[in-house]
Amino acid sequence: MNTKKKTVFQKYSAEDKAILIGGYVILGLFVVAIILPMIYIILASFIDPVTLQNSGLTFDFSKWTLTAYERVMSNEQIWVGFRNALVYSVLFTAISVIVTLLAAYPMSRSDFRGRGFFNTIYVITMFFGGGLIPTYLLISNLGMLDTIWAILLPGAFSVWNMIIARTYYMGIPKDLQEAASIDGATEMIYFFRILLPVCTPIIATIAMWQFVGMWNSYFDAMIYLNSASKQPLQLVLRSILIQNQPEPGMVSDMQSTAERAQLAELLKYATIIISSLPLMIMYPFFQKYFDSGIMAGAVKG
Amino acid sequence: MKKEPASAAAGGNASRFHNDLVYIRQHWQLYLLFMMPAFLLTVIFRYIPMGGIAIAFTEYNPIRGILGSEWIGFENFTRFLSSPDFMRYLMNTLKLSVYGLLWGFPAPILLAFLLNRVLSSKTKQKIQLVLYMPNFISVIVLCGIVRVMLSPTGMINSLLGTNTNFMTMPSAFRTIYIASGIWQGAGWASIIYTAALSNASEELKEAASIDGANIIQQIKAVEWPAIKDTVLIQLIMSVGNIMSVGFEKAYALQTDLNLNTSEIISTYVYKKGLLDGDYGFSTAVGLFNTVINLVLLISMNALVRRMNEGSGI
Repeated sequence: MNTKKKTVFQKYSAEDKAILIGGYVILGLFVVAIILPMIYIILASFIDPVTLQNSGLTFDFSKWTLTAYERVMSNEQIWVGFRNALVYSVLFTAISVIVTLLAAYPMSRSDFRGRGFFNTIYVITMFFGGGLIPTYLLISNLGMLDTIWAILLPGAFSVWNMIIARTYYMGIPKDLQEAASIDGATEMIYFFRILLPVCTPIIATIAMWQFVGMWNSYFDAMIYLNSASKQPLQLVLRSILIQNQPEPGMVSDMQSTAERAQLAELLKYATIIISSLPLMIMYPFFQKYFDSGIMAGAVKG
Repeated sequence: MKKEPASAAAGGNASRFHNDLVYIRQHWQLYLLFMMPAFLLTVIFRYIPMGGIAIAFTEYNPIRGILGSEWIGFENFTRFLSSPDFMRYLMNTLKLSVYGLLWGFPAPILLAFLLNRVLSSKTKQKIQLVLYMPNFISVIVLCGIVRVMLSPTGMINSLLGTNTNFMTMPSAFRTIYIASGIWQGAGWASIIYTAALSNASEELKEAASIDGANIIQQIKAVEWPAIKDTVLIQLIMSVGNIMSVGFEKAYALQTDLNLNTSEIISTYVYKKGLLDGDYGFSTAVGLFNTVINLVLLISMNALVRRMNEGSGI
C-alpha cells in the first residue's frame, strides 16, 4: 500500500509535487482549524473557573474539576430541553416524511392529471411567502400559539424534499408498477408494499435532514412557545450561551458577582459539550447517506 | 376538422374535461390520500400568509383585523425607505451576504479539488469525517463556541496574548460571521463538488497525465469541466438568496454594542414586528426584502442562461 502510494506520487513532476504539497498543507490547516477549537473546549470544560479566567488552559491536574458538568447536568431545565427537542424532532420527522413522500408519488407519475398545477403551486412557495408577521398572525388566529402544532405543522411539507423524492421515484423501473397494476394492486398497496421498500436510502436521507434541522433550530420555538416547560434544548442553550443567563440555581450559590461570572463562563464550555454530544456520536453512522442524498438533490437543481 | 374549427375545439375541450373526470374518479386515491395533506398544509401555512401581506398597506390593529384596520397605501414603505436607518440595514444585509458569497462560495470548491488529490481513499474518508462534522452543530452552539473562543479570556485572546472583546466590536462582526460560516459549512458544501469530481473518470485523468499534462492543465481540461454546471447552479441559488441571510445566526451573534453592523433587515423585521408590535411596518419591510430577493434570483437565472447557452434552472 505504502510503496504503491509512493510510486503514484513519484510520477508527478517537481512542479506538480510542489502544488500537491501546498494543497495538502491548506487541507491540513483547515482540518486543524476545525479540530483545535473542539479540543480547546473539551479541555477547558474541566478546568477550575478561576484558573481558566486568569491563565487559560493548564495541565496541572489539581486545577481540574468536574464541577461544570455536575452543575449543568443537575439542572432540570436542560433535561426538559432534551426531552422536548427529542419529542419535537421525532414527531416532526415522522409527519414531514409521510406528507412529503406521499405528495411526491402522484408528482412522479407522468399520467397524473393536474401535475403542472400542483407543481406551480408548490414551487412558488420556494421563492415567495407571506413573511414573518402574516405567518405569526395566522398561527395566533388558529389558536396554535404556545402549542406543539406551531412547531410541527408549518414546515412539515418541504417542497425541496418532495422534488428529491419525486426524482428518486422516477428512477425506479416502470415494470415494477406495471406488474403491480396487473395484479390489481391499489395505489396505496403499490406505494407502501412495492415502491417505498426500494426507496429506503432517500427516505433515510430526508428523515435525517428533517431530524437534524428540527433538533438544531430555535427560531420557531422562540417566537411561538412561551412556557418554560415547552422549550426545546436550543432555547435553553440560548439563555446559557448567548444571553449569558445561566438557569436559576446553576450559579446562584456563588458569593460574588465575579465568581458567578467566572462560573457562568465555565458552564458554557460544559454546556457546549453536553448538548453536541448526541449528534456528534450519531453522525458517523449516517455518513453513508450523505453522498446519495446530496446527489439526489443535485440532479434537479 | 378544418371546416369547423370552433366546434371541434369545443368538443375537444369537453371530452378532455370528461377524460379528466374519469381519470380522477379512477385515481381518486392519488388526490385524496396522497396529495391532500401536502396541499392543505401549503394552502394554510403558505398561501393564507401571502394574503396577509395586505397588512403591509394598513395601519394594522390586531383587534380590528385586516379589514377593519386603516388603509394607508404605501405609507409604511415610504416610512422605511426614508428612515435614516434604512440605508444602514440594507447595506449591512448586502455586505454580509455579498462578502459571505465572495469568501464562502469558492471555499468548498477549493476543498473539493484538494480532497480529490488525496491519494489514499482511507485518509480522504477520515478527512471528510472531520470536515463534515461542524455541519451538525446547531446555530446556537456554533455561536456559543464563537463567543467563548473570542471572549476576552478565550482561546484566541490567549493565543494572541491580548484581551480584546471581539463580540462588542462592530468592525469584527462580518469577519466573525463569515469565518464561522466557512468553518461550519465549507466541508459540508464540498460534498456536492466532490461527487461531481469523482464522476470525472479516473481514466480520463490518467490519459491526460500520460499525455504529459501537469496538474494545472488537468484541472483545466478534466476537473473544471466536470463541476462547471454544478458550480453555476449553486451560484444562481446563492445569489438568489442574497437577501435571505440567516436570521438565526445574525441574531445569535448580535450584542448591544455591535448593532451598527449586525442589524440586518431580517433581525429588524423581527424586532419591529414581534417585539415592538408594529405589524404593518414590519410586514412592509419583510415584503421589500422578499421582492428584492426575487428580482435578484430571476435576473441571475436569466444572466446565467444567456452565458451558458440556455441552461439555467
